[in-house]
Amino acid sequence: MAEYPLKKHIVGIYDDDEKLMHACEHIRHMGIKIKDVFTPFPIHGLEEVLGIKPSRLPDVAFVFGLTGTVTALSLMTYCYTFDWPVNVGGKPGFPLPSFIPIIFELTVLFCAFGMVFTYLFVNNLAPHVQPEIVDPRQTDDRFVVVIEATEDAEADQKIHNALKESGTCEPPREQYLRAHWYNVP
Amino acid sequence: MYDSPIRELLITGKKTYTQVTTDIVNPILNPPTKGWLFGFGLASIALALGLYCMTYTLFVGIGSWGLNKTVGWAFDITNFVFWVGIGHAGTLISAILLLFRQKWRTGVNRAAEAMTIFAVICAALFPGLHMGRPWLAYWIFPLPNYHGPLWINFNSPLAWDVFAISTYFSVSLLFWYSGLIPDFGTVRDRAKTKLVKNIYNGLSFGWVGSAKNWVRFEALSLILAGVSTPLVLSVHTIVSMDFATSVIPGWHTTIFPPYFVAGAIFSGFGMVLTLMTVVRSVMKLQDYITIGHIEAMCKVVVATGMMVGLAYGTEFFIAFYSGSDYEMYTFFNRAFGPYGWSYWIMVSCNVISPQLFWFKKIRQNMVLVFIISIFVNIGMWFERFVIIVTSLHRDLVPSSWFMYTPTFIEFGIFIGTLGVFFTAFFLFCKFFPVIAIAEVKSVMRSSSDTYRTDHIKESQLEEAFNPAKGYGTVGGAATAYKSPEEPQP
Repeated sequence: MAEYPLKKHIVGIYDDDEKLMHACEHIRHMGIKIKDVFTPFPIHGLEEVLGIKPSRLPDVAFVFGLTGTVTALSLMTYCYTFDWPVNVGGKPGFPLPSFIPIIFELTVLFCAFGMVFTYLFVNNLAPHVQPEIVDPRQTDDRFVVVIEATEDAEADQKIHNALKESGTCEPPREQYLRAHWYNVP
Repeated sequence: MYDSPIRELLITGKKTYTQVTTDIVNPILNPPTKGWLFGFGLASIALALGLYCMTYTLFVGIGSWGLNKTVGWAFDITNFVFWVGIGHAGTLISAILLLFRQKWRTGVNRAAEAMTIFAVICAALFPGLHMGRPWLAYWIFPLPNYHGPLWINFNSPLAWDVFAISTYFSVSLLFWYSGLIPDFGTVRDRAKTKLVKNIYNGLSFGWVGSAKNWVRFEALSLILAGVSTPLVLSVHTIVSMDFATSVIPGWHTTIFPPYFVAGAIFSGFGMVLTLMTVVRSVMKLQDYITIGHIEAMCKVVVATGMMVGLAYGTEFFIAFYSGSDYEMYTFFNRAFGPYGWSYWIMVSCNVISPQLFWFKKIRQNMVLVFIISIFVNIGMWFERFVIIVTSLHRDLVPSSWFMYTPTFIEFGIFIGTLGVFFTAFFLFCKFFPVIAIAEVKSVMRSSSDTYRTDHIKESQLEEAFNPAKGYGTVGGAATAYKSPEEPQP
């Protein structure tokens, strides 16, 4: 993996999910770009406040599911109708109704595997990944907002003030992070 | 969103977010208790007995079982269907209740899904052993082989079953693990030693919990729930077709698919109740798995128990209505023949005992719930035994009528699978977050006594004192929350 440079960030920490929501709204309203938000659990509505588009995983699921359907149907048709047709009591060589259970199962199987592996890939999740934890309490009860610092001291001060005003539970701090996560738009 | 003030709380005991974390993570990081070691030891003994009997079967062959030319499969398929059925409650809780937005699922879904996975492993052992040569088990898959271009029989429900069970197992595993990833992250950040931290970091796949992670997490859970819901129904439908597509009187029945699915949910919830009533008191999780959770599951048991009872009745009626001598005899023999005792055990455990759950006092008494859940487990095991053995042992030619008696080896293998199941479950309880931490936290805003009260007060006052809506107070609840210094409209 490519090395990412250490960059200065300003980190605001909140102790309540509703405060976090209002804070994000406030900060974005001030025209400050939020780099990322870390929360211990999914917060409904946060994605709208941050302007994150809905996930496209359902589309991925559909494509993989369709792959499964086609795989199952073509495999069984190849085996049964073309490669080695077996005449059992004059029954048809293309028994579609009895193909349906396996078609269904493979659709679900491909869909689930494809979607989970896509999910792991886009989120950069794998057993060997050493993540950059901004604050260890972000998986417990703290809600962390990360904003990239600017070169300009005045602008940084504005970010500090905006975070403080929005109700952080401790003074905002500066932290050097090798942040390579996705920017929230 | 409007919250009814009379809705039961799902998380009690005035928990804050961090208390939820410590309550669930501490047992993982602390050394095991004596009770855990005792239980784990007991389960390991059962596992050892099972391993002995399985090895014996592999060396001696299926002749070590009590099967004969009339009863060609009995204990193995009974246990297979029993374990697959138990697996169903996990997926029902995690998938179907997610689609129905039942928030109470968050307290029990993790353990129930774990139970599903372990139960399916136990189930898969039986067809494997019955093959006689399990090292050739890969022959069940459609592989080009050296006997010529022959393929497996795609018309056979047994081939469907291979696909159904393996899909069910892998999809349940993916569903379970994708939910575990954030919670392993929580354990990692609480770990005290470097080794433990590294292990849980590996298990958590480097989870950080950014806003985008969670958006994708929610999308993933929803779609996985969507595909698992028809999957769980299809699995037991296909298992039932193993019987229903044959022409054996007693099996050749069109009601088998819904009947088996209802039975599977019934037996699954029976097992969930058995485990949860014990787990909540031993692991001190009464604040997360509340009486309300247990009651909700008891209600599912009553409902599915009656569906099963209806199916028993329907089978008898259709046997009589069909006018087929063989069909009628099979059912007469089922209830009043030499295996009649097993039929009546089944009826009393499955149809009569769950009726006690109509009484609130019984649903709230954990000892009674535990005892009745054990009856449900026994009853559902006997249901499969009854369907399989009583339909087979007196077949169409009276000269080949035989009784079936299981041997010590068969009992040993069954006890061994109980050992597999409980060993795995004990390991899960010790090393994995037993309750879905992130999911519980996400419903606390609406369902816990710490966070909900202010929320209700606010929303109700807003509604009550909103002149634009044109009404003063809504119900007694809003007035009850009215504080004296609040300005009157």
